Amino acid sequence: MIEHFSYIVTVFLMIAGLYIVIARGNLIKKLVGLSIFQTSVYLLYLAPGKLLGGTAPILAPAYGVYSNPLPHVLILTAIVVGVATLALGLALAVRIREVYGTIEEDEILALDHRIEEAEEQGEERRA
Amino acid sequence: MSLATHLPALQVVLPLLSAPLAVLLRHGGVAFVLVTAGAWAAFATAIGLWLQVGQLEQGAFISYPIGSWAPPWGIEYRVDRLTSLVLLLVSGMAALVLTASRASVEREIPRESHYLFYAMFGLCLAGLLGITITADAFNVFVFLEISSLSSYVLIALGRDRRALAAAYRYLIMGTIGATFIVIGIGFLYLMTGTLNLADMAARIGAIESSRPVLAALAFLTVGISLKLALFPLHQWLPNAYTYAPSVVTAFLAATATKVSVYVLIRFYFSVFGESLVFDKLPLPQIMLWLSLFAMFAASFTAIFQDNLKRLFAYSSVGQMGYITLGLSFDSVNGLAASIVHLFNHGIAKGALFLLIGGLVLGIAKPGSAPPTPSFDRLAGLAKRMPLTCLGIVIAGLSLIGVPGTAGFISKWYLILAALESGQPWLVGAVLLSSLLAIAYLWRFVEVAYLRSPAPGHEAGTEAPHSLLIPAWLLVAGTIWFGLDTSLSLGSALEAAGSLVRSGR
Amino acid sequence: MTPETILAVALALPIAGGLGIALAGRVPNLREGVTLSTAVLLFACVVQLLDPVMLGGRPELLLLEPLPGLPIAFRVEPLGLLFALIASGLWIVNSVYSIGYMRGNGEGHQTRFYVCFALSLASAIAIAFAANLLTLFLFYEVLTLITYPLVTHSGTDQARRGGRTYLAVLMGTSVLLLLPAVLGVWFVAGTTDFQSGGILPADMDQGAVMMLLALFLFGTAKAALMPFHRWLPAAMVAPTPVSALLHAVAVVKAGVFTVVKVVVYVFGLDTLAGASDWLIGIAGFTIVAASVVALNADNLKRRLAYSTVSQLSYVVLAAALLAPLSLIGAALHIAAHAFGKITLFFAAGAIYTAAHKTQVSQLDGIGQRMPWTMTAFAIGALSMIGLPPAVGFVSKWYIVSGAVAEAQWFALTVILLSTLLNAGYFLPIIYRAFLRPLSVEAAAHPHGEAPLPMVAALTVTAAGTLALFFFPDVPLALARQMMALP
Repeated sequence: MIEHFSYIVTVFLMIAGLYIVIARGNLIKKLVGLSIFQTSVYLLYLAPGKLLGGTAPILAPAYGVYSNPLPHVLILTAIVVGVATLALGLALAVRIREVYGTIEEDEILALDHRIEEAEEQGEERRA
Repeated sequence: MSLATHLPALQVVLPLLSAPLAVLLRHGGVAFVLVTAGAWAAFATAIGLWLQVGQLEQGAFISYPIGSWAPPWGIEYRVDRLTSLVLLLVSGMAALVLTASRASVEREIPRESHYLFYAMFGLCLAGLLGITITADAFNVFVFLEISSLSSYVLIALGRDRRALAAAYRYLIMGTIGATFIVIGIGFLYLMTGTLNLADMAARIGAIESSRPVLAALAFLTVGISLKLALFPLHQWLPNAYTYAPSVVTAFLAATATKVSVYVLIRFYFSVFGESLVFDKLPLPQIMLWLSLFAMFAASFTAIFQDNLKRLFAYSSVGQMGYITLGLSFDSVNGLAASIVHLFNHGIAKGALFLLIGGLVLGIAKPGSAPPTPSFDRLAGLAKRMPLTCLGIVIAGLSLIGVPGTAGFISKWYLILAALESGQPWLVGAVLLSSLLAIAYLWRFVEVAYLRSPAPGHEAGTEAPHSLLIPAWLLVAGTIWFGLDTSLSLGSALEAAGSLVRSGR
Repeated sequence: MTPETILAVALALPIAGGLGIALAGRVPNLREGVTLSTAVLLFACVVQLLDPVMLGGRPELLLLEPLPGLPIAFRVEPLGLLFALIASGLWIVNSVYSIGYMRGNGEGHQTRFYVCFALSLASAIAIAFAANLLTLFLFYEVLTLITYPLVTHSGTDQARRGGRTYLAVLMGTSVLLLLPAVLGVWFVAGTTDFQSGGILPADMDQGAVMMLLALFLFGTAKAALMPFHRWLPAAMVAPTPVSALLHAVAVVKAGVFTVVKVVVYVFGLDTLAGASDWLIGIAGFTIVAASVVALNADNLKRRLAYSTVSQLSYVVLAAALLAPLSLIGAALHIAAHAFGKITLFFAAGAIYTAAHKTQVSQLDGIGQRMPWTMTAFAIGALSMIGLPPAVGFVSKWYIVSGAVAEAQWFALTVILLSTLLNAGYFLPIIYRAFLRPLSVEAAAHPHGEAPLPMVAALTVTAAGTLALFFFPDVPLALARQMMALP
């Protein structure tokens, strides 16, 4: 149980994040969920790369046990991607707030629906 | 010939360079020239690679170690027949769409953000090319995110405010998909200790039934299916295609989903191997049924759309069904049908959405926002925009699969594969679904050719030559690749022959 | 020029003509000049092929190979040559007629009309010379698509509805039935090339043969076998020259031509033995049922359309009899019906242009005012009924001989019954036109013959109907060659 501790945390974060993305209608909260979801992946990669008592990979006879550096490098990239996604998502949320006046998904859908109805009626009137 | 050996790197670097340069120079016109030149350079590179691969024997590939770090430790770029075909498609579509983009972008995107638009376009292109050419699993994810993030921005630049909501939605679903993919890659990395796809494939055989590998397969399948808009994971697609700027729709519809299919083929056939994917798991059955649902449900929905862009967006979901159906057969002809349809459908959809962009330009009133191409505004348009409308009809015939067009070739192989698999009823299903394509195309034909324009919508002039000529090149392509198939079908058959075990 | 070159020229000419027509669109006289000269040149080319083919030559042309082993290729054989001769020869006459009709009725979009017409002919010629099923299927579909703008020419709601039926039936059947049939042949035989004696393996399962035959027969909806005949009456919304050349000659003949070609060159008579009895039943039913509908149709073009449906099934019936004699009759009937029916449609169009009449019941006494037109109509009708001295008699004779030789009494009964029915719906028209007095209303609107080009055209085709009775040598020789008979 204890040796799988990191996996349990990972899976919990993964499911929690995904649940928030799906269940919440607020655009910002969705992004929070998305970030948690992505964070779980960072853990998934990093945890197995850690060796108890391992050091940084230094090529010297004194340091026989070292952690695999590759997952760290990968996750550094993944974090950059995650930050970029979050920034873009927030920027979109701001723009949506500007034009729709709300960041609740159901209200946005209702507004769009109203536009579509108005368009149709306008076309009928013209016809 | 040192340049020739570095073509694989140039393939990605050239368009990648054009993007930051475009941002630094902060000028719309310059950015257009730069990124378009980058795309054409990428196209030339792709042709060069194509010729190089052509000299190799079947199944051989060009391997390029990035930074001279030898694989499997360093990142490897790898070009075989299939890679080369997809590179040709992506870079060629980008070059033509960008060349045609000026007039449409002028109209649909605020002038002050033109340079950013082109920079994003360049990034998106570099990302798609990178996904295709790389042989490193994590590199696939990185390039996937480069192309995805830039495509979210491109979609959000649409004039309609619904474009923002569509882009947001795509961002959420796309990121979930990409994260699923990276989870799958993570499992594979944990189990095999390598990121190089070929190395991974070599090591996976011994542990292929272990639970992490199965989980990896599941995560990758779902993640890539989200990206390629496999029914029912396609909900992001219709709105994104409908409200994005016309040229963006043309480019993404022609390339983005196709590259995802390519990734799926790579993972299924080159990494996991057919014995796991097709023999031990019920994946082919699942994929077969989802494909059938896509072919019918999405095509049927398309018939009732009033917005031409949305109509063809749903048609794209339906057409993806043909591609995944071909995959599910696990035979040379089936996979060849998928690959050749990926190519043919890319060209036809690129032509269609470009020409629809032309339609929007043609019916736009000076000074006002570009209108939606809804059917009541298209009535009688064929008289005023004959070339645009004829082009849409011809490219549409390729979607139906009329003989003489590229679509027929794909359908022929798909049906042949269905017969070989001993499921003749699928022949009927494929043909019936192409009748749905006739129905939605003919809605356009009747409105554009046989209706008279509604009062107040009589105006409309032919799209500018800068748009018409590239679009018509693509239209001619749909005919050309229906008659001379040595490029498309030839390489599809060769690629399928070296990927599928029964062909080896 | 070698026969191969002539073949290439014959295939390219109408396409080039279409381009020329499009370019000359602003100058109507030049445009019509291009149409006419293309038609004449095309006919001359096809005639040039006659001698080499009679001597046993089979000029071939390989265009492209889009699918491995399945090229787009052409090969001239007797039946195809006969079809090409008819289509290209009648195109000349029809072009003259079109000029009179389109100008006389002040139709719009004339350039589009002539371009589509030339391209339709191009696909008809390509169908005639197709060397394999794939090529035939390709141009079969092209012909459907390129005639669609002609059917919906007027752009009215009625034309749109007609076009919808036209396209739905023709495309629906060809995609759902004909394409699987072509694929089936490819799957079973490994080739789709037309060869004398057929290409299907001799030991093929009887049920599979029957299934394949059904796919072909119903898939070729251009042959208008019931229940897939509805497109033909629907196509009558088109201008009359279209109905005349395309929906009495090129398109429908492409259908029955495909049927005969498939029976002779894909299945082979021996393979089919015993598998085609059901077809005799369906063809017989179509012949009688369509005749009954024609009997009750008051609209002249509709009556002619149903007459076409019935006459096309003569060809199918003759093919299904599987007797060499009846197949010769089938080939002859393609020619005979072409001449007769185009004359009838020409006459209908002339009546519409001169008198603006479309219904049979309005034709009382019209023979006095349009003697040329109605005489030609009478000759065409004789040919349809199968009476001498019209060519319809000759083809029917061969079909009946084949039926007798095979002791197919059901087929014989059908032919005799339908002859009576044909007489039943054609003779009253002739009776009304010549022997009834003009109605009061018609007397108040005097008119004469239609414009000269139209009258000239229908006179020529009527004369052809008679001439082929006396000199059926060329079609007969070609038909015999098809069956490899001396």
